Amino acid sequence: MLNIISIWSNYIFMIMCAIYAISCFTVFLPSSPERQVKRMNRQEFFMFVFHFICYVVLFCKTLDVRVIALYFMQAVFFKLLIFIYGHLYADSSRIMMNHTCFLLLIGFVMLTRLSFDQAVKQFMIVVCCSLGALVVPFIVKKAYWLKRLRWVYGIGGLLLLSTVFIIGTTKNGSTNWISYGSFALQPSEFVKIAFVFFIAAMLDSKADFRRVLITTVFAACHVMVLILEKDLGGALLYFVVYVFMCYAATGRLVYLVGGFAGGAVAARLAYHLFSHVRVRFAAWRDPWSIIESRGYQITQSLFAIGTGGWFGMGLTQGRPEDIPVVSSDFIFAAIAEELGVFFAICLIMIYLGVFIHFLKIALDVEERFYKLVAYGFSICFILQVFLTIGGVTKFIPSTGVTLPLISYGGSSAASTLIIFAIMQGVFMIAYQEDEENE
Amino acid sequence: MNKNRVEKMENIFVPKSGQRLKTNRYMLFTCIFVLLLFAGLIAYLTYFTIYEASAVITSPYNKRTAALKESVTRGSIVSADGEILAETKKDDEGNEYRYYPYEHVFAHVVGYDSHGKGGLESACNYEMMTSHESLSAQFKHGLTGTKKSGDTICTTLDTRLQEKASDLLSGHRGSIIAIEPKTGKVRAMVSRPDFDPNLLDEEWEDINSEGSSVLLNRAVQGMYPPGSTYKLLTALEYIEENPGTYSDFTYKCKGETIVNSVRIRCYGDVEHGKENLTSAFAHSCNTAFVTIGCGLKLKRFIDLNQRCLFDDKILFDLPVKKSRLGLGPSSKGSDIPQAVIGQGNTLITPFHNALIMCAIANDGILMKPILTDHIESVDGHVVSTTETEKYKKLSHPSDAIILQKLLRAVVTKGTGRALDTEEYTVAGKTGTAENGKEEDHSWFVGYSNVDNPDLVVCVLVENGGAGSEVAAPMAAEIFDAYYENDLDEKYLKPENQGEK
Repeated sequence: MLNIISIWSNYIFMIMCAIYAISCFTVFLPSSPERQVKRMNRQEFFMFVFHFICYVVLFCKTLDVRVIALYFMQAVFFKLLIFIYGHLYADSSRIMMNHTCFLLLIGFVMLTRLSFDQAVKQFMIVVCCSLGALVVPFIVKKAYWLKRLRWVYGIGGLLLLSTVFIIGTTKNGSTNWISYGSFALQPSEFVKIAFVFFIAAMLDSKADFRRVLITTVFAACHVMVLILEKDLGGALLYFVVYVFMCYAATGRLVYLVGGFAGGAVAARLAYHLFSHVRVRFAAWRDPWSIIESRGYQITQSLFAIGTGGWFGMGLTQGRPEDIPVVSSDFIFAAIAEELGVFFAICLIMIYLGVFIHFLKIALDVEERFYKLVAYGFSICFILQVFLTIGGVTKFIPSTGVTLPLISYGGSSAASTLIIFAIMQGVFMIAYQEDEENE
Repeated sequence: MNKNRVEKMENIFVPKSGQRLKTNRYMLFTCIFVLLLFAGLIAYLTYFTIYEASAVITSPYNKRTAALKESVTRGSIVSADGEILAETKKDDEGNEYRYYPYEHVFAHVVGYDSHGKGGLESACNYEMMTSHESLSAQFKHGLTGTKKSGDTICTTLDTRLQEKASDLLSGHRGSIIAIEPKTGKVRAMVSRPDFDPNLLDEEWEDINSEGSSVLLNRAVQGMYPPGSTYKLLTALEYIEENPGTYSDFTYKCKGETIVNSVRIRCYGDVEHGKENLTSAFAHSCNTAFVTIGCGLKLKRFIDLNQRCLFDDKILFDLPVKKSRLGLGPSSKGSDIPQAVIGQGNTLITPFHNALIMCAIANDGILMKPILTDHIESVDGHVVSTTETEKYKKLSHPSDAIILQKLLRAVVTKGTGRALDTEEYTVAGKTGTAENGKEEDHSWFVGYSNVDNPDLVVCVLVENGGAGSEVAAPMAAEIFDAYYENDLDEKYLKPENQGEK
């Protein structure tokens, strides 16, 4: 009986996710404000129906009243968050708010399915961070001095990143965590915000050659520290964000081409110098020959995606728990297995929708500093999505990056929520500028 | 000049400013890059789901198929003559276990369902765990909570040939393979030493211990020097290089010769005297073939070997080890004499050797070898049928026909006289492969019914001695078993099953 419910609900999920994904792009079409509001309301409606059906299936599987309690808490939280945002920041982006909630919600559903305790913990963290992040758009809007703090971002970020050498702990092969008791934090998740601010502030005005050089040296230091921490995904992320921002700020193709050429050389060097790079690469090239050791995780992930097929096994009907670290780095495989590859592709489209929205903000905002900040975050965000999904599906070697807003992990969720809040702030600045112009 | 260059450098590196700096345009440009990456990712994911997923998930490491055990009873494996080779039974306490009625006879080819799985039990794992029972039956299972029955794998194997082959190799180490060259259907595949899959749990430690090769399916995984059976390819190359004049070849064998400073002897130090190509091949004259072989064009010859699947992955239901050619473009002259008579570094699997013979018997066309004839649901409805299809063209038809005549002469006049009978006609090649200090490996590869080939048989007996004395008589018994029973007319056809 249960599997019939989950299989049928899967078809509903797919249709809803497809419509939602399409709406991610249609919102950019020119239309009357009334229609736009109607679209937003429909998105929100889909979101809550999706959330409801998922939790019905989850409850049928577990028959645990705590699941119902969690559902109501989450539903109230989302409703409240949308309400508060709408009133506190009347001119904030409702599309972005919807996306934030929808992605968070998919994450909550998958985590509840994988591990109830993790889901509760993640929910708590998200509640705290979202409330904390409420002030962020205000600060971004008001604090004109933000762009003057470039050395604070640069040096502070680098120092924070280096703390792991002193009080770091190793998780999943990377030494990129600091912990006090039961509280663990991944500095690189937060430093990337400072990093984007740093580059934007450096290249904001007076972007002469000397400035570019200094920025490059600092960026290289960040990347080096991350490589030494064995945080390959982080290193790659920082590197690409830097190269792209540098190109956008200077308009010189040489930074883009040179950056990638340098990156290729560095990648080769890293391959020869670090065994963990070779291991990751070998696990990507032929995981089947080392299936019992290094290739285990990626092959389990492929089994999950392959077994799920286009339409998925149905929520709670798969075996995603076979994949190591499924709730953080490999959560995409669990989604593909249970909700289907079609749903997973729709999810990718939603992420692309967020990216395009971010990019549109970057294009529309007049002030150069915010333009670069918005651009940096949009690249950072979409690249992170690409690295996780590419790694999980064996499109590229696995780099151990989390899926923004969906993966389990407090640092990742917190930093992504802050980025979204900053983008809301930038969105309002862009919007204000328009008003002033009018 | 210098100043100019500096200016140019500045033009490249110094950030643009003012009106020339079109940041929005750069941003959109990089956006295309991002979208391309994602287009690639989605295309890959789609490709994976459509084409790769079904093969990937059959891996024994995928515990998801193991999870199917809770809702599906593993299907059976049956032979082409309708006998059960593997089935799931229940013990007194209602626990399921796998039962193999033929015990050790099909050990390697049918395989086992535990300890990582092997043979067809591994290759068709997913199919046997999938049920295509009628909807009403599935509905009934759903209501009563009983298990669905997995599909049945109908193999091409014949119990009578398989039993015969297994008996023949009893006490030996080696392999016997029987394939129908026109269809590629594998009728028998035996590897010795073997084991009883019913007792695998009890005997696992002994069987799997280091140094034991009991689990090795010698037919597809054993690598042996091909010995004189390889002269077939040497002859083929010679015929291809000398299309008009190969029949004029003459040679006077003195039992020994030195070519490229390598001393080559004929087997048993026999002097064959004056020979042409047919008699040199029939008597498996080493000195004549070394002389032929050393006159061949090395690059061409290597190409021919690659065309004949050396250093190539052979696609089959069971994993086949790549045969290794001992020659390369950089081989020294002194490597060639040994290589052209199947010694030296060249190693071949018995299965590969059988496939070469299949192609020659079938006028140069190799049919795709198959083990699963069709798959049917437990209520007899055919789910899928393996089509017989062309795998590769190994030689020109006219060259294959010339080789067929050479192979026939081996049986009528040469080393294969053990197979010369009135009942049916055989053509084939013996081989006695030197094996370091150990006793020679004994080979026979050939096919029966010269005019209209029915069956290819390949026999390999490790350390068996002369091919003409050990392997050839064994092959004769397989052919006897095939024709005495009129086997080819008795195979169950999927169509008949479907009508029931």
